[in-house]
Amino acid sequence: MRKQNTAMPVLHISKRTSLPLYKAWAIRAVAILLALVVCAVVTTALTGLNPLGVFKAMFDGAFGTQRKIWILGQNVAILLCVSLAVTPAFKMRFWNIGGEGQILVGGLATAACMILLGDKVPNWLLIVMMILSSCLAGAIWGGIPAICKAKWNTNETLFTLMMNYVATQLVAFFVIVWEVPKGAGKIGIINQDTHAGWLPQIGSYKYLLNILIVAVLTVIMYFYLTRSKQGYEIAVVGESEKTARYVGIKVEKVIVRTMMISGGICGLAGLLLVGGTDHTITTTISGGRGFTAVMVAWLAKFNPLVMVLTSLLLVFLSRGASEITTIYALNHSFGDILTGIILFFIIGSEFFIGYRLSFLKNEQKEGKGNV
Amino acid sequence: MFDFVSFFPRAVVQSIPLLYGATGETLTEKSGNLNLGIPGIMYVGGICGVIGAFFYEQSGNMDGFLAVLIPMVCCLLGSLLMGLLYCFLTVTLRANQNVTGLAMTTFGVGFGNFFGGSLIKLTGSEVPSIALSATSSYFSRSLPFADRLGVFGKLFLSYGFLAYLAILIALAASYILKRTRLGLQLRAVGESPATADAAGINITRYKYVATCVGSMIAGLGGLYYVMDYACGVWSNDAFGDRGWLAIALVIFTTWRPNVGILASILFGGLYILYLFIPTGTNLSVKELYKMLPYLVTIVVLIISSMRNKRENQPPESLGVPYFREER
Repeated sequence: MRKQNTAMPVLHISKRTSLPLYKAWAIRAVAILLALVVCAVVTTALTGLNPLGVFKAMFDGAFGTQRKIWILGQNVAILLCVSLAVTPAFKMRFWNIGGEGQILVGGLATAACMILLGDKVPNWLLIVMMILSSCLAGAIWGGIPAICKAKWNTNETLFTLMMNYVATQLVAFFVIVWEVPKGAGKIGIINQDTHAGWLPQIGSYKYLLNILIVAVLTVIMYFYLTRSKQGYEIAVVGESEKTARYVGIKVEKVIVRTMMISGGICGLAGLLLVGGTDHTITTTISGGRGFTAVMVAWLAKFNPLVMVLTSLLLVFLSRGASEITTIYALNHSFGDILTGIILFFIIGSEFFIGYRLSFLKNEQKEGKGNV
Repeated sequence: MFDFVSFFPRAVVQSIPLLYGATGETLTEKSGNLNLGIPGIMYVGGICGVIGAFFYEQSGNMDGFLAVLIPMVCCLLGSLLMGLLYCFLTVTLRANQNVTGLAMTTFGVGFGNFFGGSLIKLTGSEVPSIALSATSSYFSRSLPFADRLGVFGKLFLSYGFLAYLAILIALAASYILKRTRLGLQLRAVGESPATADAAGINITRYKYVATCVGSMIAGLGGLYYVMDYACGVWSNDAFGDRGWLAIALVIFTTWRPNVGILASILFGGLYILYLFIPTGTNLSVKELYKMLPYLVTIVVLIISSMRNKRENQPPESLGVPYFREER
């Protein structure tokens, strides 16, 4: 091939062996800056608004008041929780894009406990049952594709994706079964009067408990992945299944166990949403977090501590975008466009972290041509 | 009594967007790119067609040929750009395909809804949708003698031209993949890019062309949905999860576009079956029937992996970026 080419390539691409951490982050920062410039251009082109004003409005929307900061924290916590959930699976190269479904069934199990047992058991027992059932529901939902993957190597990306829709319809079914009042098509706030099954509130801070739970979970997940035997097994299976088998790791067991953990934590996110904040269940309660979490986890290179930052970034974008859409009366989807642009830049920047580009000079070309 | 004569045409019109999406995604996957951005691309294709048609309708006099051509060209251009973006990120910059695809879906759905919403605002209408009935009438025009052929005409001839185009494209894609050198080389790229590279096939070019053509075909699915199925009415989020269903269909058909024609009609049928099953006043059961297409996909997925036949497997290097120096 090389010899047939009359014009030699001017660029030579080679894999970097390693790049100091600060340089990698500098590249990402440049990418985000460039993305913001492009976003500004797009904003002005589409809406004719001053981009600086738009960015300021976004910032105010996310951090403007104390209430907004709490909402931001709550959203970060839930997104982070889902991202933590999908991470062990991804480290194993198991593409769990079924986070949505796992959150939904977790939420559904929580709602079922609250509705059916709300006035029958003491509150502490109810909450324990909610926690157990939501984790179990999520674990089962994640476990089914994992068992098929382990046994027959079924494509997990599509299996988990389909499980999302099965879960959505399951929730839709139960929403109609439990709807209050009949024919309303929604459940409304569960146990509004008794607050049975509502997760306790710490002081006057509505969202603090969720944030604390997820913070603890982040630390646990970090140590689980980097310091535990199981975390090591996950890494080995992800890098090379053959190696894993050779050193005596039971790959099937690791796949199923990891996915059940992954699904279980998604179920926990469902619990936090239904029991902790919304106190109701709808088919859209997860709000695309199962998909966004994939990006959060990947952008953070599967490091739970970095995920705090990346989920903050994505939540900031969506909260800020929803603010500008109300201020400037834009369509709320404008935020998705901005998020998309920024993601494209970050995704693209990974290339410059992983690979080195060198421009070939004329005299070098001759030499390379003979190789 | 199950009314097949009214059921079948509705299943077919449901199936056409899925068929476009699935054919496009099959071509893309055969080159080794797992494009999860298809749902977004179908939105972009749909809205670009709507934008083109909208401004053409605004300009006043309508010419039948241009009324079809302009939305189609806009749709193809929009989805081509999305395809190029995906290729640039995953082929040239070797980014993770799952993440890129998901980001493209976020972007594409947002893009569709934003411009849809903006156009709605331009028209200043009260309802949250745009109606392009004039353009739609050209798209959904069926053969003039279809009405006179009774049941046969209703079952097979009552669709707009994009429906037949979908079937033609699927057959052509199937022929190219299976019977031509081009298809052989494309499959080689998807199965083992290193081998194909050694045989002198330009990997980058094949991946780009296959993915971009695939995106354009998928985009047409969005156009068909708005112009024909929805009678020219764009309302935000109406397209729903059809894009994901199209990706499922690719697996369902084990990467065969010709099988996709029947499979998509089956899917379309399952998608609307709940409307035809008498459930009385019990609305909740309908929700369970809506699970059917997904459950069937799961069952097929499991069975095809259990049988583990070599010809039914995904392309070997699906989802893996190719870097020559990594061999």
